Amino acid sequence: MLSMRGIGKSFLGVRVLSGIDLDVAAGEVHAVVGENGAGKSTLMKIICGVHAPDEGTIELDGRPVSFGHPLEAQRSGIAIIYQEFNLLPERTVAENVFLGREPVRRGLVDRAAMEQATARLLDELGEGSFGPRDAVKRLSVAQQQVVEIVKALSVNARLVVMDEPSAALAEHEVELLYRLIGRLRERGVAVLYISHRLREVFDLADRVTVLKDGSRVTTRPIAEVTSDELIRLMVGRDLGTYFPPRSPGAGETRLSLRGAGNHKLRDIDLELRAGEIVGIAGLQGSGRSELAKAIFGAEPFTEGEMTPSRPRSVREGVALGIGLVTEDRKAEGLALRQSVRDNALLVARAVGARGRDGVRDLLERVRLAPPRQDQEVRYLSGGNQQKVVLAKWMTMAPRVLLFDEPTRGVDVGAKAAIHDLMRELANDGMAIMMISSELPELIGMSDRVVVLRDGRIAGTLPAGPSEEAIMRLAAAEVVS
Amino acid sequence: MSGVSVAARLREPTQVVFLALLGLIALGWVLVALDGGQFLTMESVVGIQQRSAALGIVAVGQTLAILAGSLDLSVAYLISLASLVAAEIMAGRDGNIVPAVAAVLAVSALVGLVNGLVITRLRVHAFIATLGVALIIRGVLDHLYDGPAGKVPESFQLLGYSRIGPVPVSALLWAGVAVAAWFLLSRTRLGYRIYAVGGNEEVARLSGIRTGRVVVLTHVLCSLCAGVAGLLLASRLGAGAPTVGTDGGYDLESIAAVVLGGTALAGGKGGVAGTVGGVLLLAVLDTLFNQLEVNSFVKDVVRGVVIVVAVAVYARRLKGRPA
Repeated sequence: MLSMRGIGKSFLGVRVLSGIDLDVAAGEVHAVVGENGAGKSTLMKIICGVHAPDEGTIELDGRPVSFGHPLEAQRSGIAIIYQEFNLLPERTVAENVFLGREPVRRGLVDRAAMEQATARLLDELGEGSFGPRDAVKRLSVAQQQVVEIVKALSVNARLVVMDEPSAALAEHEVELLYRLIGRLRERGVAVLYISHRLREVFDLADRVTVLKDGSRVTTRPIAEVTSDELIRLMVGRDLGTYFPPRSPGAGETRLSLRGAGNHKLRDIDLELRAGEIVGIAGLQGSGRSELAKAIFGAEPFTEGEMTPSRPRSVREGVALGIGLVTEDRKAEGLALRQSVRDNALLVARAVGARGRDGVRDLLERVRLAPPRQDQEVRYLSGGNQQKVVLAKWMTMAPRVLLFDEPTRGVDVGAKAAIHDLMRELANDGMAIMMISSELPELIGMSDRVVVLRDGRIAGTLPAGPSEEAIMRLAAAEVVS
Repeated sequence: MSGVSVAARLREPTQVVFLALLGLIALGWVLVALDGGQFLTMESVVGIQQRSAALGIVAVGQTLAILAGSLDLSVAYLISLASLVAAEIMAGRDGNIVPAVAAVLAVSALVGLVNGLVITRLRVHAFIATLGVALIIRGVLDHLYDGPAGKVPESFQLLGYSRIGPVPVSALLWAGVAVAAWFLLSRTRLGYRIYAVGGNEEVARLSGIRTGRVVVLTHVLCSLCAGVAGLLLASRLGAGAPTVGTDGGYDLESIAAVVLGGTALAGGKGGVAGTVGGVLLLAVLDTLFNQLEVNSFVKDVVRGVVIVVAVAVYARRLKGRPA
């Protein structure tokens, strides 16, 4: 149906894509994988008319097309669902679905038709938890994704491009996504699926295309590749063991909680010890991020004990030697328009700590590549951005470092580097707590896994638990 | 379903501003009664309507610009310019009213077009772009005029002063502009797109909306509103005046009224109803101060406090709302 030949694109003289061939058939789920910076996003934007290619041809049903504007791609039946959702929180579901192509009758927007059509599509997808008149800002992330998919269907899209659709979803919400993609396939809609999560690629895709450094490495039926092979193709090297070896044992207690709680958390007993990585598991809404923010002092505990002391503000948390690598690094972790150096020094400058001179060493230590200090952070890849966040905290030599989704939106290579670094910091005597939605990461990295459910600790599992054991604890309440 | 969404809508700032308006009227009534007078006589209601009309019309236009994520600082000078264009072309003759009005609308649309194009094509921030256009208009006015000029015929002065029953014609004009804008925002594609562009320009663009065109059209509409306000003021004055817009402080005052009405300064959220409430609130406050003969400095302090508190209240409601 869609066929691209020899697509190339440069930005400001930097070549980001060259000679890309890609074919997608109707009803096919075609995965595109590659490290960050491999050119996936640029390729998608070319397909959707956001960028025009410098060279190469695009054919749709055998006819050559060129899109100057997203609208033209849309009219040809191509819809894209971006990593960061393209919804207006203040408007209703129906208004968002028909944004830019509201039905009109006698010159006026036909609300009724708009809402009926939206309701019908929601119905077809088996989504009954919200309606066309609900404001998008009141929906969960997973529900917003449904809105995006409805939007794609409402343009009668024959090709839906999904950019990291599961990145913002909790484990159980991903199943809904699988179901939705299944329905799209039944309708003969082709899906281009971009994801870092190889498991999803194997679960969903019919074929997979691997991009590396702006070129296509290969396209193969999914049945003919293994996970290891795919990783090797993407990274160009054998990663072998995915995770660094665990530490020999834990040292002194760095931080302990006794019956701690606030409006989101109850009765938390937890110890973080030097040299140990404690994994925190739980469904979205179970209080994972809230736990990190409470320990850090951003949304403080209001009851219970915390030793050495209970921070009432972020400043007090930092003074205790606690650092937090937040879930959303673009919004909470970095000043995107400032340089790498300024970002690395954010904490040091805020608390007046020493360590201003060591920025170069720190950036080398976190393996920022290339270790340029003057570049604006927004131009870095996700993995490099995360390394800058890490460097930011290392300037104050924290005793306890809390990670909230440390490798979200980070490519495979950088992911391994961050994992290595986390283990290295633990071995140097830091106490580390890591929240993750990715079970393999939790299982591979943690010396202990603490499972949260409804703001309480549902259970603690020793190193190397099974996915089933974690999910059983995390979801028990939901099932019964 | 619809019950829920109506309830949700009532919780928005629009409701707050009208409640505040009612509260202020009650308070004013008590205060004036204690003072031994009568608040909101027929006469003062008419006064409020008349005083609000010009600001109200400008503020409706400003609402459109702000909803689209822009703003217009050139309205005050444009009002002065419009009043002069109207009075000079009319030159006291009835037969010239139609061409004069047409000329005012054309000049206003042109100014709006320039504002919009500078913002979208030259990518100058709206604050600077409209400030620049404002200075340009001021320069022209200062060069050509040093006092009132032109003459508006008697028949056109009816617009400013006559009434139908208890309702001043100028208030009807305001109501007409407000209803038209409300209709535009809630029932037309352009309206939907104004919300979209102001809510998130990138989202709008990626949904196939030509965002530049929307911003330009919005500025044209905003300037047309200012032009209409200029016509109204010319009919009141009987002439055009180079300071009529700035004396009224219509630039910042209109923005204040919009914000007071609960429209987000960042755009994408709010509406005309709130703005009407905001304008009335400011007008009732003025009337109250006049009746109590409060000194004008205190008046400004109170207005300032009211605006800041209102916006703080909206911000709180936003934050306190369950996600």
